[in-house]
Amino acid sequence: MAKSATKAKPASEKKPVERIQHDGLLDVRGLTTYFKLGSGNVKAVQDVSFTVAPGESLGLAGESGCGKTTAALSILKLLPENGRVVSGEVLFDGKNLAKRTEYGMSKIRWKEISIIFQGAMNALNPVRETGKQIAEPIQLHEGLSEKAAMARARELYDLVGINPKRLMDFPHQLSGGMRQRAMIAMALACNPKLVIGDEPTTALDVMVQAQILELIGRLRKELDLSFVLISHDLSVMAETCDKGVVMYAGEVVESGTTADIFNHATHPYTRQLIKAFPNIHEKREMVSSIKGDPPNLLNPPPGCAFCPRCDERDDTCFTDHPGLIEVEQGHFVRCSHAKGRPVASPAVGDDTATDAKEV
Amino acid sequence: MATDQTERADLKLAPETGDVLFDIRDLEVYFPIHESFFKSMVSTEKKFVKAVDHISFQVMKGEILALVGESGCGKTTTGRTILRLEEATGGEILYKGQPVRKYSSKELREYRKRAQIIFQDPYNSINPKQTIFDIVAEPLEVNGVCSSEREKEEKVITAISEAGLRPATEYLYRYPHELSGGQRQRVCIAGATVLDPDVIVADEPVASLDVSIRNDILKLMVEEKEKLGVTYIFITHDLSLAWVISDRIAVMYLGRIVEIGETEEVVANPKHPYTKALISVIPVPDPLAKREHVILKGETPNPENIPSGCRFHPRCPEAIDACKEIDPEDVHIGGDHYAACIRI
Repeated sequence: MAKSATKAKPASEKKPVERIQHDGLLDVRGLTTYFKLGSGNVKAVQDVSFTVAPGESLGLAGESGCGKTTAALSILKLLPENGRVVSGEVLFDGKNLAKRTEYGMSKIRWKEISIIFQGAMNALNPVRETGKQIAEPIQLHEGLSEKAAMARARELYDLVGINPKRLMDFPHQLSGGMRQRAMIAMALACNPKLVIGDEPTTALDVMVQAQILELIGRLRKELDLSFVLISHDLSVMAETCDKGVVMYAGEVVESGTTADIFNHATHPYTRQLIKAFPNIHEKREMVSSIKGDPPNLLNPPPGCAFCPRCDERDDTCFTDHPGLIEVEQGHFVRCSHAKGRPVASPAVGDDTATDAKEV
Repeated sequence: MATDQTERADLKLAPETGDVLFDIRDLEVYFPIHESFFKSMVSTEKKFVKAVDHISFQVMKGEILALVGESGCGKTTTGRTILRLEEATGGEILYKGQPVRKYSSKELREYRKRAQIIFQDPYNSINPKQTIFDIVAEPLEVNGVCSSEREKEEKVITAISEAGLRPATEYLYRYPHELSGGQRQRVCIAGATVLDPDVIVADEPVASLDVSIRNDILKLMVEEKEKLGVTYIFITHDLSLAWVISDRIAVMYLGRIVEIGETEEVVANPKHPYTKALISVIPVPDPLAKREHVILKGETPNPENIPSGCRFHPRCPEAIDACKEIDPEDVHIGGDHYAACIRI
């Protein structure tokens, strides 16, 4: 997997200062992230590629441990100390984030890409007023005075539907839904182009979840935001995203529009995962589960990562690692049984990536 | 694990009351709010959090009854009060016709053998320093059920393998940290079923588990219900999960049951505006099905200050003026289906 990082970025090599030409607003190409442990490297993310166009929403879905959060943290270079991006490019708005220094990243984080974390109670500082926490990035990035930043925080509270009177409340004084709204206000503080939502509604009640998802949808339209939703809940992804990426054991197993994924699911894992979610408007039946466990990513199996749990496997699945196959325009599947045009993988070259990502 | 019902008839029970296991009548659980000394001198009224505010329902033998509602609606308090982990401040819980409230400590011990609980988080609800065997055997030891070590071991092994950890002998001497979340929840279930209870209150048993594991645990509950005849009170915030496994659903809002009935009937034909809204916002794994979402404004009010009249009226999309004054009674819709709304 240790392919040369210099290979796949011809444009930036010629003119390093100028904007890099790439698809969409965010273009992730062949992202590979490892975690170093005493016993070896955990291959948490392997060769993940996707694009997000301006104003588009993309869902990253999969079970816990499939690498969806690690992929997002790699984009923002927020990985823990033992994690590192081994190869791949993160092209954002003409800049290659993978090449940026920590100082360079600090200009990107929050100003251009912000993130909504899962547990708002843990993400917010418990001993600081929420309004002040929201004002902090505004002061830092926009150079506003505290007073002006607080005025902006007040506007943001209004935007996300919290009474501005609560500006000086501490996180524990807000309800779960309000804390999540405050997190969203904070994410929007510096008018970013892209917001990453890492399980933004997971700990919330259904009704509050619906409120938050509606809020995110509305803000996306009003502010023309791009959104990356990370969720284990496929039904949330189905309801909110234009495109989706299903991950398994650190790899993309299926990607395409949400209609491709849910209505023409091709990978056996995607199909089984969809069946695991009840659809209350259809006939009542016991939801099925996927037997077995995901592989240990310290030593991923040589063949298809999913084949030990797959009903449709044959002998070759255990030995041959499947590449991505384009079954329809813009709909990719990592399964050797899928029929379609193989994509030059694992190195997802620039040319294939370009025509592949046009949805 | 076939059980002879006569074997454990030492609890004095009224004659069998048909298929009704629990008859909950007008149950009320209020928690007093402690105020400062000064305030308590000045104010004449004592304040309460009305967690459960006069609810009545029945639990049938061998069914899965789902208590559904948002956080703070009183579903967990109801479950805990049924087990007498909280004391009711009013109303009656009749277990096989006997009021649970009046149990002597000896009777209560016997009752606790028959009514078990599974908690939400399998990471915190079992002792990390005990082996799986010790965890599952503890209820047997506490209750002095087994006459010999051998009998105890047999019971533990049966319970563990019934809970889906097979072969059971391989798990006996492991510690919780060696198991995955799903396996730990199975250990909790084994601990609950080892005494062969009549009823298990499952409080959000799958909320902290991954989807693929979640469904296995739900299946296990249905299996145990069918094989062992265990009655489940399934507490969940997720109506779609309740819909998948339960026989009947009770939808709670702010300490009241607003709608109760057979699962398929309630979901296909919801009458209460709150149930309708809850059903409409459940995400479904189908992007082409664009359904109208009834998104309620605001949040569940504080149970200290319950709105007048119908407690749902400030958020109700269908409310009329009369809703502010009239506290609705249950309306019989047909069969087992009741809803508390004056507009029906």
